Amino acid sequence: MAMPNPAKRVTQGQFSFLPDLTDEQILAQIKYALKNDWAVNVEYTDDPHPRNTYWEMFGLPMFDLKDPAGILMEINECRKTFPDMYIRVTAFDNTHGWEAPRMSYIVNRPSSEPGFRLHRQNREGRNIGYSIDSYAADKPEGERP
Amino acid sequence: MSDTETTENEVDIEKLPDDAAVDLQAEFEKSQVQEVLDKLDNELVGLVPVKTRIKEIAALLLVDRLRRRFSLTSETPTLHMNFTGNPGTGKTTVALRMAEILHRLGYVREGHLVSVTRDDLVGQYIGHTAPKTKAIIKKAMGGVLFIDEAYYLYKPENERDYGGESIEILLQVMENHRDDLVVILAGYKDKMDKFFESNPGMRSRIAHHLDFPDYTADELEQIADLMLAEQSYQLSDCARQALSEYIPIRMQLSHFANARSIRNALDRARLRQANRLFASRDKELKKEDLITLTEADFRASRVFLDGKLDGDPADGIMNDMNFNEN
Repeated sequence: MAMPNPAKRVTQGQFSFLPDLTDEQILAQIKYALKNDWAVNVEYTDDPHPRNTYWEMFGLPMFDLKDPAGILMEINECRKTFPDMYIRVTAFDNTHGWEAPRMSYIVNRPSSEPGFRLHRQNREGRNIGYSIDSYAADKPEGERP
Repeated sequence: MSDTETTENEVDIEKLPDDAAVDLQAEFEKSQVQEVLDKLDNELVGLVPVKTRIKEIAALLLVDRLRRRFSLTSETPTLHMNFTGNPGTGKTTVALRMAEILHRLGYVREGHLVSVTRDDLVGQYIGHTAPKTKAIIKKAMGGVLFIDEAYYLYKPENERDYGGESIEILLQVMENHRDDLVVILAGYKDKMDKFFESNPGMRSRIAHHLDFPDYTADELEQIADLMLAEQSYQLSDCARQALSEYIPIRMQLSHFANARSIRNALDRARLRQANRLFASRDKELKKEDLITLTEADFRASRVFLDGKLDGDPADGIMNDMNFNEN
């Protein structure tokens, strides 16, 4: 059974229920992050499992930037390198007490998003445990589209 | 997030019908460029050709902005620049002002200046240069990238030098990201000429070549006045005389770096003044004493005494200071 996801789109991070952001909108979002002095990263993965927290970083995190154009340049570079992967932009807040990503949104999706398979495990006492698997990660790494 | 904030640019560019009239003066006042130009005039002595060129560029950008309001096609003008001149002629200062002017005219979005040299751009091993150069370029986007002593980027005597890689990336960015950043190269005239000879692509991508002339003795004296005023010092009459004698002598000596040499001379005079006041610390001091540099503070310079430079560690200024004897 497929997870209820009629549009066949992974929904995680900000804005994921909206149509994909345009480059202009991405620039505006990055500008907001820079205004708050957050370090912006570009990350990519081919396994969109919701618990796959750590995506691969594309290049180094970008500190001390004033203008979003440089980050869009990096995003486009990443899109060129991994056109069929998920790419997200995260903004990391390093102020004491936060030290966590404050923004995260997808800026690139693969052409087809197969979704997730739901597993049910029968446990003792007729309890049922659930887990999901992304179809996208069925093949071993390196052989995925 | 809904970033409702629109930048100044976007507001400005409301399209006008063909028969509308625009007020260039009003536009000029709105951009507040005059303020920066005035600052340039007041703070920088001399440099007439440079100032003229900057005013021309400001005019071009202003007219360009009006043209855009009439929906006339005007491609973003290339504003990459090359500053040549001897050390201490104000290249960095002008670059800073330039960033401000370009920002006020809406040519760059942020108007900050990222000042780098070869070390910041070129890496030490294979594959190190590109990320390094790109990181700097990203930092400079929305502002001005100022590459000091840019001729060091290209070292023809070492064919394995990574500088070429950096130049290539720069060239690409200068062409494709003209809206995003302005690159200013700076360096000595002869070396920059050689640099451009071996990198013709670089030369053709730079629209403005500004040559910074050396200062005359009079101009240097005015600069000294400005520097002193900034730090709340003043010269006694005799000290002024000593300074105006000092400058031509210093200009003849080696390692003369225009305004920078003057600043150093003033710094050493301050040092001697402090020492002089310290030596007579049993006397009461007035405000007057603290702000006045006297003739002795200048005459003690080795430039006067034996026509050599100050500040050699062996027999430099520390000798005539006698900290221990007091």
